[in-house]
Amino acid sequence: MSEPILSIKDLQVNYGAIEALRGVSLEVPEKQVVALIGANGAGKTTTLRAVSRMLRPVAGSVRFQGEEITRLAPHEIVARGLAHAPEGRGIFLNLTVQENLELGAFLRKDAAGIAEDMEKFYGLFPILKERRHQVSGTLSGGEQQMLAVARALMSRPRLLLLDEPSLGLAPQVVERIFQVLRDISAQGVALLLVEQNAHKALQIAHRGYVLETGEVVMQGTGKELLASPEVRKAYLGE
Amino acid sequence: MEQVKLALRSALPFLIALPVLWGVSEVLRYYEFTSFQYILMMAFIDVILAVSLNVINGFTGQFSIGHAGFMAIGAYTAAKITLAARGLEIIGLPPGISDQVIFLLALLAGMCTASIAGFLVGMPSLRLRGDYLAIVTLGFNEIIRVVIENTSFLGQATGLSGLPRRTTLVWVGMGAMATILMARRLVGSTHGRALLAIREDEVAAEAMGVNTTGYKVRAFVISAAFAGLAGGLLVHLIQLCTPRSFTFVKSIEVVVMVVLGGMGSITGSVIAAFVLRFGVEALREAQQYRMVLYSMLLIVLMLTRPTGLFGTREIWDWLPRLRRNRAEGGAR
Repeated sequence: MSEPILSIKDLQVNYGAIEALRGVSLEVPEKQVVALIGANGAGKTTTLRAVSRMLRPVAGSVRFQGEEITRLAPHEIVARGLAHAPEGRGIFLNLTVQENLELGAFLRKDAAGIAEDMEKFYGLFPILKERRHQVSGTLSGGEQQMLAVARALMSRPRLLLLDEPSLGLAPQVVERIFQVLRDISAQGVALLLVEQNAHKALQIAHRGYVLETGEVVMQGTGKELLASPEVRKAYLGE
Repeated sequence: MEQVKLALRSALPFLIALPVLWGVSEVLRYYEFTSFQYILMMAFIDVILAVSLNVINGFTGQFSIGHAGFMAIGAYTAAKITLAARGLEIIGLPPGISDQVIFLLALLAGMCTASIAGFLVGMPSLRLRGDYLAIVTLGFNEIIRVVIENTSFLGQATGLSGLPRRTTLVWVGMGAMATILMARRLVGSTHGRALLAIREDEVAAEAMGVNTTGYKVRAFVISAAFAGLAGGLLVHLIQLCTPRSFTFVKSIEVVVMVVLGGMGSITGSVIAAFVLRFGVEALREAQQYRMVLYSMLLIVLMLTRPTGLFGTREIWDWLPRLRRNRAEGGAR
């Protein structure tokens, strides 16, 4: 197997005196979907934030495509092909759908490629095309989430970090989002997916990690975790 | 050819404005409307200040209340240069033109020093947000004032007097024009997009790959340069350069203009600058109640229109051709 696109080793993050991550290690292989599941406060979001350098880790290393990125600034990480769709969507509510997408392509210089990608994502999410000149604060929750995913993809990342894409959405919309995530993954973009909806996440994931109070307590392929009695009991409510 | 055309197009507003401004000032002089002309010039200087502060407070969403500090730096630089160059003539130019060239150079030097100050203040402090940044900029304003009051080279508290009167309606009008054009071009550019993104959501902007600290510093540098220009123009109008012109009261005045006009609206800043300048003069009739009325006017306006007169809209948003331009710009 080739080298993983992202490998995290012994990552530690503290919020003041509280240890949020106590040495998390995980790997995302090239072009695969990896799910990170766990209860509230387990450190899932913190892991993503530490990878994209929104937070400063205390110790540990993050390597992306073989390069150490632990000390880089957030914008330098985006430039290397790692996009982050933050929790709570984080779209620009006062800007239009189109302006949001343009900002997603902020670091790209190829106008033709940007226009092409924009059309591609309008194809994936037709509702966004319909609302392209609408201020994005007026979109529904599901549409905002679609916009957040599309915007993150506008930077043509090789790895996309997704934080709770299904949060607060109707089951039908969740279905749609996961369908698109499958498509994106089929096009060769690796995904690191943080989800409360463990069942859905593990279904599309090649690999999964279970996080508990800042540590990885279990890992395996998506199928293995789905079948494991502990996971079923703790996260799937059986 | 294409380049020449583009250059001409960006110079066009100035080429049109120059004869118009000159004509207006000649007419005003002919009819001896000297005080009106004076107020008009002050209003144009306010326009430069308000529009340039809007780049930080409106577009970038950072709350700075130290604009007068940058003004002071530009003003003292320009004043020192014109004083040192008094009696000097550039060889080969008639005296009238030579004076104007020296004045231009002095103003440019003022813009440079002010923007350096913007950079120095910006670097360490722009990692701060909201109230903390406001306090730092306020502190910077006071530091500048105290330093000037204690430096004999800068005339201490009495300031520099005997400045030649160089500022004319044409100068301030062109300055205001340059500021407005700069702001408009900036918002439409990729740069401007980055600033708006920072205003809307700093974390999301970072996730998009916007170097937030870098862009904030650049906004500060640009804004400070134009504050320096306003300072240089002001002292060559009132022919006196004292620290009293650049206290934090002046900074607040500018903030009021920006907030009243609408944070993020160039049109709003321009109109608010005119309304406030002429309003204060019109209220002279009310004598000692002037400031009371002024404050009441502000309170009523903010209660009825909390986003300011224009919000983030611009007058050219109502022109369909330019509107489309804005909606689809940015990624080009």
